[in-house]
Formats: sequence, structure tokens, C-alpha cells
Amino acid sequence: MTVTQGPAAPQAGPILELDDLGVVFTTESGEVPAVRGVSLHVEPGETLALVGESGSGKSTIAFAAMGLLSGNARTTGSAVIAGTQVVGARESDLAALRGRTASMVFQEPATALDPLTRVGGQIAEVIRNHREMSAKEAAAEAVALLRKVGIPEPEKRATAYPFQLSGGQRQRVVIAMAIANDPALLIADEPTTALDVTVQAEILDLLRRLAAETGTGVLLVTHNMGVVADFADRVAVMYRGEIVETGPVEDVLLRPSHDYTRRLLGAVPRLSVAEAEKAAPAAVTEAPDTEPVAELRDVSVVFGRGRNAVRALDGVSLAVHPGQTLGLVGESGSGKSTASRVALGLIAPTSGTVSLFGTDLGRARSRARRALRAGIGVVLQDPVASLDARMTVGECVAEPLRVHHRGLSARDRRSKVAAILDRVRLPREVADRAPRELSGGQRQRVSLARALVLEPRLLVADEPTSALDVSVQQAVLEVISELQDELGFACLFVSHDLAVVQHFAQRVVVLRGGRIQEQGPTGKTLTHPETDYTRGLLAAVPVPDPVVQRGRRAERLAALAAGRTEVQA
Amino acid sequence: MSAVIQPGQVPGKATATVTASGARLAARRFRRNRLAVVGLGVVAFFFLFCFVGPLVYSTDQTHTLLQQVNLAPSGSHWLGTDAVGHDVLGRLMYGGKVSLIVGLAAGVLATVIGTLWGAVAGYAGGWIDAVMMRVVDAGIAIPALFILLVVSAITTPDLTGLIVILGFVSWLVPSRLIRAETLSLKNRDYVLTLRAIGGTHARAIIRHILPNSVSTIIVAATFQIADAILLVAYVSYLGLGVQPPSTDWGGMLSAGLTAAYSGYWWLIIPPGLAIILVVWAFNAIGDGLRDAFDVRGRG
Repeated sequence: MTVTQGPAAPQAGPILELDDLGVVFTTESGEVPAVRGVSLHVEPGETLALVGESGSGKSTIAFAAMGLLSGNARTTGSAVIAGTQVVGARESDLAALRGRTASMVFQEPATALDPLTRVGGQIAEVIRNHREMSAKEAAAEAVALLRKVGIPEPEKRATAYPFQLSGGQRQRVVIAMAIANDPALLIADEPTTALDVTVQAEILDLLRRLAAETGTGVLLVTHNMGVVADFADRVAVMYRGEIVETGPVEDVLLRPSHDYTRRLLGAVPRLSVAEAEKAAPAAVTEAPDTEPVAELRDVSVVFGRGRNAVRALDGVSLAVHPGQTLGLVGESGSGKSTASRVALGLIAPTSGTVSLFGTDLGRARSRARRALRAGIGVVLQDPVASLDARMTVGECVAEPLRVHHRGLSARDRRSKVAAILDRVRLPREVADRAPRELSGGQRQRVSLARALVLEPRLLVADEPTSALDVSVQQAVLEVISELQDELGFACLFVSHDLAVVQHFAQRVVVLRGGRIQEQGPTGKTLTHPETDYTRGLLAAVPVPDPVVQRGRRAERLAALAAGRTEVQA
Repeated sequence: MSAVIQPGQVPGKATATVTASGARLAARRFRRNRLAVVGLGVVAFFFLFCFVGPLVYSTDQTHTLLQQVNLAPSGSHWLGTDAVGHDVLGRLMYGGKVSLIVGLAAGVLATVIGTLWGAVAGYAGGWIDAVMMRVVDAGIAIPALFILLVVSAITTPDLTGLIVILGFVSWLVPSRLIRAETLSLKNRDYVLTLRAIGGTHARAIIRHILPNSVSTIIVAATFQIADAILLVAYVSYLGLGVQPPSTDWGGMLSAGLTAAYSGYWWLIIPPGLAIILVVWAFNAIGDGLRDAFDVRGRG
């Protein structure tokens, strides 16, 4: 194969063609088929989105197309990139192909870059791998690439190390590396999943622009339907290792034909956009008169000392009222998790007061504080780390009972555990199983059962569904809100997902850099926000409707351009 | 989104049937390490040899028999006799009992002390951690052998005394391992959750941190046992260990060495070989256990 010579010439026919591709992993517990009989193609200049839930095999396809699967994978069928057969190809042929004809953008920019090499040098290396060029020329080319991907002051940034760049900038560098040799095919595996929404919108804009300018074919692997609507021309939906539906993005997202696609789209929480001038629901009053179950008053938290001090929270005041759900939203680093941990008493505030159920936590004696905590339930993000792998599900759920009701007999404990498992809609038998035998959604329900077994007055949920697939997320959120109706607990709900918060919370607090940007009833704040920041945040969320999303994108870009000229004027 | 499908997440199949139980997986990984399996066999052999052997091959290990000293191996004495007429094969069993008991007990004692010390230091953090770990640093700076020699010079320890002394000089390394483990475990979500709902620190350590460090603890214990057996041999070799007529492999080696120039190899080779084999075997088992547990720790 002579793919090394010449630039990637425009080809007649698809740039990537998979035919009856199959992948089987050999693991310690046997053979696991990951991909079965997948056929698809990507034309030059086209973006094909490969969507599906975790375990559907979409990333496996991306890796198989590049010949990057680990040694325990067996690939069958055919994968052709620009005329070169990848399945069964020699490593040297593949090396000539990768980074030249086809290149890849990975999910996590922090691990895709070498932390010990300056970013300019990393880009130059990719260039020199495939092209005869002096070090100096390559360095200049790297700077040009950094400019192309929209990094300000590219000459200066080229000498930076990855840790000196923000997540979005790092992903831009990864993209610069991917396009360094004008590839004909770009495979992007969840390129924006690790990024905040505003950054995600920028990266998608960049990828769209680059693909349009150079006629590069893009295979976009993602689970986010909004990203698909924003970016893709065609969509292939994967389910259990097979493609169940392929078609133009409008057809698949607006008129899905396969049952699974319909279910998947039905589960996606949608951001309701401020088109209809509906008044905020009257049922939600501005501030209920009841005494709050948890209240932060002018709380600041500083980590570290002296010059290294980081102000994680700055003068934050918020209150959670009985029976109400307060959504805490913000981008990464906004302090939303810190705020929830302050409310839980896990982090002591540097200044300000925290009260739980009317008692000041800072003044309470440790015994009293412990008793107060019987009224709290906690669900955290990671379904794996939340449950102790050495305990059975039943022991995990019973732990709060052991802490607060020491006198309870084993039989009473078992019956309480069984009752709460019923409530979160898990079969009682799971009590004897190990957490690792359960799926992510089931584990989060176990966490929820543990949180609610003491019938708390306050549930603190820190990104409880972020690690779950949308269909599972929906089921878990439904259980939480049903139980909230039944048991009447208040809920502090931390999330980065505005659509979820919009559906789930009555009041919302928007945090940015440790400060509260604005707060108010969800219906008002998240449809008619008062601050530009919230407005920008909302505008950046892609909605899973290609037609609407196109309009939103145009609006957002216009707003950004207006903002820029305003600043300049 | 995981890039590679994990066995536990295969859609369409009950996960329980796909993933074999953790213990079975660990056992399979252990078996794949051939040396570890051989090591296990060697340890099993020596235990049988020392504890069951005397029942089959009974010898007189108490009376001095001057009419048959330093006999070469023969049909009636398979490994010959030593300077006071004891049958060497029988003595190997008799001394091995002491070596194994002291080694095992001291290794386990050291691991228990180290585990508690390390877990408390790591969990408490801050200045408590700093002080506790400086104590460990100071302890590691003093060679264990030096402490043993000093202690032995002051008193003549009996079996229990020897175990306690050995345990107290060798807990330092395991304490560092467990502290490191605790540092990562104490920020796990399940520990945070427990603390948030008002669970005590003792509960967090006993119910969560220690059970989750158990693989590290077991591996550490195995290496500690190997070290302790070697330490017993050192101490006894220097004549400061268990006192005659009782003996252990180190003591036998020491006694035999005085006759080295007379060509009485059967007094030196058997105990020396026994020490080497058992210490190696425990180390091999430790390696195998580390293989078996490490991967599992990630799941």
C-alpha cells in the first residue's frame, strides 16, 4: 500500500467503509462479542454520527477502524480507509495511515497529551512523523495549526505544557494534532463529553468549520443526541453491537423508525426553550415561608493557605425548603459540589454559617451533629465508588440503620431494607447480591435506597445520574421524584445538566467561580435568565432537534458576535 | 463512556452469569503464576514435614547420645547425626516447627500492628499522620538486627518473647503500605457517604477501609512471614534465639558451621536449604497473591 505518498487525495467513493465488521473480546470470563455485522460508510466532507448507550459497541468500532483495538480483540469482516484494508493489516502499514490519512480525537484531552512535552513539540512530532520537514518548519507549522484551531497567542501557547492550558484549549490542541496532516478522515470519540457545555459548543463549532473547509469525512462517536443534532449529517444508531437504524439526521432524530431509537430519544431530557411566553408556574412561590431544612448563609470556603489559597466558594447563601428540590447548577469548578459538601458538613466553611434543620452545625456538639445527620440522605455521582464492593447490597443499604438505630434487631433491619428496596423498584433478592453484579442504574438505586432508609428530611444528590445512560437516568429520576411525593423530603440536586435540572427542580441556583450568579424559580431562571452568563449557558446546550438546534446555533453565534463588538466599541 | 466493553456490562446477558465470582477469578490468576503454585506446594510440604513428619519418623531429640555423634547419612539416620548425636532429619522437623511457628506468628503480628498504625495515620491525616509516620521513618532508620541483638543481649527470650520482639521490629513496612492504601480509600464515595450521614470514624476504618485493604494486607503478611522466618534464622544463628535443647533452622546452621571444616556437610546443607526454600516459597506466594488481587482491586 502506498498511502504514505502524496497528500490524502480526494477519492471517488467513501473515505471509510465498514463491511460486516465484527469484534469479539476474549476476557477471563469468556468470549464477549462487542460488535456484530456492522456495515457503514463515511463520504468525504460528511459527518456520520454513531450513537448509542454505553456498551453498545460504538467506541469499539472507532478503535477497530483505526486498528487500535487491544490484543484480546478479534476483528472479522472488513474496514477500509481510503482504499486500505485495516483488518489484518501490518502495524507498519497502519502507522503510515494513522495521523496521515485518518486521525483520531479522543474523549479526555488530559490523557491524550503527553504531560511532559510542550504542546508545540507534540504537534510538530505528528507532522514530522509523516512529512519530510525540518524541525524549524514543523514548529512554524505547529503554531499555524494552533492559530487555526483558535488558540489565542499561538506563538506563546506552543511553548506551554498541557497542564498550563484549560480543558477546552487542550482539546483544541488534540484537534490540531489530528488535523496536522490534512487527514481525509477524522474519527472523534466523544470529543466533547469531558467538557463544559459552553466549551463543548466552541469545540463543535471548530470541528464543523474544519470539516467544511477541508472536506474531511468525520465519524463522530457520541451518546449525546444534542451533539448529534448540532453536528451530524447522517446518524447510525447502535444497540447491543449492531446498527439498528441509519439515515439523515432529520429523519432519525425527528422521525425515528426503530423502536429503540424512539425509546432512546424519548428518554433524553429536553431543555424547554424560551419560545412560548409562558409565565412561571404559579404553584412555585418565590420563597416559601417554611423554615428551611438546610441553609447556607454567606458561606465562603478557602482551600490551602497563603499564596496557594483557592477560594472555592465566595459569599454563597442558599436555602432548601421542605418538600422542595433546589437545583445547583454550574460548570466544572463553579463550586457546586463544594457547596453540597458544605451542606453535608463534610467541608467546614471558612466563614459564614451552615444550619441543618434549624440548628447551626458550627455550634452543635459532635453528638448532636451526628444525630442531625440521621435526617440526611446522600447519593453521589459514581455508581461504582458509591457502594463498598466488599459488602452485599443489603449491608450497604442497612448501614445507616446500623449507625443510627443500633438497637434494631437483625430481622427488623432486614425487613426495613426489603421495604426500601421495593420502593426504589429493585427486587428484594438483590439484598444478597454483590454490588458489582448490578448495572450502573441499579447501583444508583441501591445508593438511593441507602439514602432513604432512614426516611430523611433532606436528600443531597450530587450528579446522581451523570454517569448513567439517558434511559437509565430517566428511570432513576422518576424513582426519586415519586419517592419525594410519597415521603416529602427536600432535595438539594447538584447537576451540570440544565435540561435535567429544569425538569427536576423547583428552584435553581446558578454558580460560577464560587459565586452565585443568580437564583430563582426554575421556570423563570432557566427560561428567562437575568444574567448573560446563564443565558450563554442555556444557549450552549444543544437540543436533540436538528432544525431547532440550527436556529439556536445561529442565535448563539449572533449573540456572541454582538457581545464581541460591544466589548470592542 | 468506556472505550472497551467491560465483561460486566455486556448488554443482553445477566451480568452474574458472565462474570465469574471474584474469588474464583483471583484463584485462576494465582494458578497462572506457576512459581506461586510451586511455592504453595513447598510451604505445604514443609508444614506436613514439620508437624506430621515426627509422627512417622520419630527420633530422640532430647537425650545426648555420645556414642553416635556426627555420623554420616546412612540407612538408620537418613541425614546423619549432629555433634550431640541427634538425628538430623528429625532435628530438621523439630527445628522447623519453631522456625515456622515463630515466623508465621511474628509475620502476622507485624502485619496487624502495621495495619492498625497505617490505617489510623492515613485516615486521620494532618499532624497526627505526620507524627505517626515520622515514628515509622525513625524506626526504619534503625536496622532491625541491631535492635534484636541489643534486646537479646539484655534478656533471653522464650518463644512468645521472640515472636513479640520480632513482630515489634518489623511492622514498619506494612504500616506504610496500608497508610498509602487508606489515603486513597478514605475519599471513596462510600466513606464520604457514611461520614455525611453521621457514621463514626471507627466504623469507616473497621467496616470499609480495612476490608477493602485486605488484599494489600494479605500480600504484606506473606512477605512479612518470609522476612520473619529469615530474621529468626539470623538471630538464632548468632546464638541469641531459642535456647538449647530447643532449636530452629538458624540454630542448627550455626551449630553445624563449627564442624564445617570437618566435612560434615549434612549438618549445614539441610537446614540452609530448608530456610532458603521456605523463604523463597513465601515470597513466591506473595507474588502470586499480588497478581491475583491487584487486577481485582480495579474492579
